[in-house]
Amino acid sequence: MDQVTLFQNLVTGVSLGSAYALIAIGYTMVYGILRLINFAHGDIFMMAGYFTIFAVSSFGMPWYITILFVTVVTVILGVTIEKVAYRPLRESPRMSIMISAIGVSYLLVNSATYLFTGLPRAFPQLGFLQKVYHIGDVSAPIVTFITPVVTIVILFVLLYLVNFTKIGMAMRAVSKDFEAARLMGIEINKIISITFVIGCSLAAISAILYFSPRPMVFPFSGFMPGLKCFVAAVLGGIGNIPGAVIGGFIIGLAETFLVGIFPQLTGYSDAFTFVLLIVMLLFRPTGLLGEKIAEKV
Amino acid sequence: MAFEYKRLNKTTKIILTLLLIAGCIVLTYMLDKGIIGTSYTVRIVRISVIYALIGVSMNLVNGFTGVFSLGQAGFMAIGAYTVGVLTIPLASRPNVYYLVPISEKIQDLVMPFGVALIIGGIFAAIFAALIGTPVLRLKSDYLAIATLGFSEIVRAIIANNQMWPITNGSLGLKSIPTFPSLFIPVIISTVGIAFMVLLIKSSYGRAFKAIREDEVAAEAMGINLFKHKGLSFIISAFFAGVGGGLLAAHLTAIDSNQFKIMVTYELLLIIVLGGLGSVTGTVLSSFMICSGKELLRWFDLPHSIGTWKIPIFRPGLRMVIFSLLLMTVVLFWRRGLMGRKEFSWDGIYNFLRRWPWRVRRLIRGDYSKKQEEVTPNA
Repeated sequence: MDQVTLFQNLVTGVSLGSAYALIAIGYTMVYGILRLINFAHGDIFMMAGYFTIFAVSSFGMPWYITILFVTVVTVILGVTIEKVAYRPLRESPRMSIMISAIGVSYLLVNSATYLFTGLPRAFPQLGFLQKVYHIGDVSAPIVTFITPVVTIVILFVLLYLVNFTKIGMAMRAVSKDFEAARLMGIEINKIISITFVIGCSLAAISAILYFSPRPMVFPFSGFMPGLKCFVAAVLGGIGNIPGAVIGGFIIGLAETFLVGIFPQLTGYSDAFTFVLLIVMLLFRPTGLLGEKIAEKV
Repeated sequence: MAFEYKRLNKTTKIILTLLLIAGCIVLTYMLDKGIIGTSYTVRIVRISVIYALIGVSMNLVNGFTGVFSLGQAGFMAIGAYTVGVLTIPLASRPNVYYLVPISEKIQDLVMPFGVALIIGGIFAAIFAALIGTPVLRLKSDYLAIATLGFSEIVRAIIANNQMWPITNGSLGLKSIPTFPSLFIPVIISTVGIAFMVLLIKSSYGRAFKAIREDEVAAEAMGINLFKHKGLSFIISAFFAGVGGGLLAAHLTAIDSNQFKIMVTYELLLIIVLGGLGSVTGTVLSSFMICSGKELLRWFDLPHSIGTWKIPIFRPGLRMVIFSLLLMTVVLFWRRGLMGRKEFSWDGIYNFLRRWPWRVRRLIRGDYSKKQEEVTPNA
């Protein structure tokens, strides 16, 4: 692999990885607090892609209003899902709430197929984002260069929010011990809603960044990114925000370089992610940055 | 007056069971010979019994052992492709593998359907044994993701370039011989389900249920967690493979896209609706879902009142209704049709007796919920 290809892959990989990182943060925060894999997160991400299409193609919004609009609508969708499908099951066994999450994912995919038809839809041009930019011999749309910057900024904002604000303190308390936090007067439902607000707005931003360099959105386009980002969250240590970002970068880079170095293995790039997951879970189940938690009886 | 739970005597139950079996045989025969129903009805019955077998196999792991596995679609794909590759008649092979010729090692290999079906099941079981070693050590949600991942890996491998000479890649397989009679899928499913019922009733089954209730307590009682979970997982995969093989023969044409994760979700809908931990519930809901899916096709067609075309009727509405149904069951009716109970003549008898009793109570205006029924310990 010559230097130009190497840099081209590096840019693509870092960009893909940062988009993954944003979704993975959503997974990791929800898991940290509710101990639930939000199977619907990837589909919320896919819906955000469709919302963008509608905002631009049907309503003709400029790019800055589009971003705001998509974020708000996605957050409403996510919080509604939490209120309707997860909240009533909070006291029930883990399996019920997981089935509910799968049910929501199934519902979102089927609704997208029904509302927007199963045919792929073209993703619109968003302002300057898709303009191709050249650095030396490496060329990519501007969005590819912006994505990592956005991710890093968001990461630091979140770290500040979680570690130095009152809401963040409440979140940490809830993730440590649900019941004790409730007894301390923390409004559990409010904290969980805030978590979903953060997770879903990141999914919305990530959808815009992820789909911009790609031509199409279709009802299943959230499925694979969703699973991969969960793997990313596990790699970094579930419940850990910087871990999720690192995991996202690892998955994004590994995927890009696997295809770049061994083009004949393209069909296995998805499979590779899961091999990574299994290896990780066997040798270091708490992830790269995760804390060790003793099993309670 | 409290409701009194009465039991039927043994002879009545045996007679009723024999009558039911005879009824099923007669019904299958009549459907098969075209005396009642159309070929469309026969297709629905065929798909229902196949899904019943796969559903019960999934329930064995998820409902009885408490291991949340989502890999069923992958095991089905293994079974379906094995049956497909081994049973396509020699004459049609050049037509099926028109792009990339079939590998020389298997080009003359044709097996009878039954043998191919068992081999398909065994392949699925071997794959389950291989992935079970790492996967079953994981905790509930990690296990779900890992099995989901493996089922996608199976699909990726089937459609991959290197596998073209065997699986025909993304073109899929066609000209798979179908069943000569409706009895074949019905009998195979019945035998498979009966095997799993016997397993659940054996000491292994009791160990499975103990693991479902409390892993730590079960281990303390001397149950080997890994061995029992593995056994349940492998047997489940075997029957999912057999079910996949039946599905291949039912559809006569398969491709890797038919074994997407949505299939697993549909099976989950079936077992949740039937009741996690109920074999008869799964069979019942499999018939309900499979026939419901066909009946609800009405919703996918355009309809109009007079000249006004109702805008909500278009392709896809059916699946939205199905997913809403799943959500309703999950949120409001968590036990499903049967909960963890099984079908029994006593249950039916008392269910029927209870209705007149409820009506009488309603007329008398006695609404006290308590003492509604006196159920002796089963």
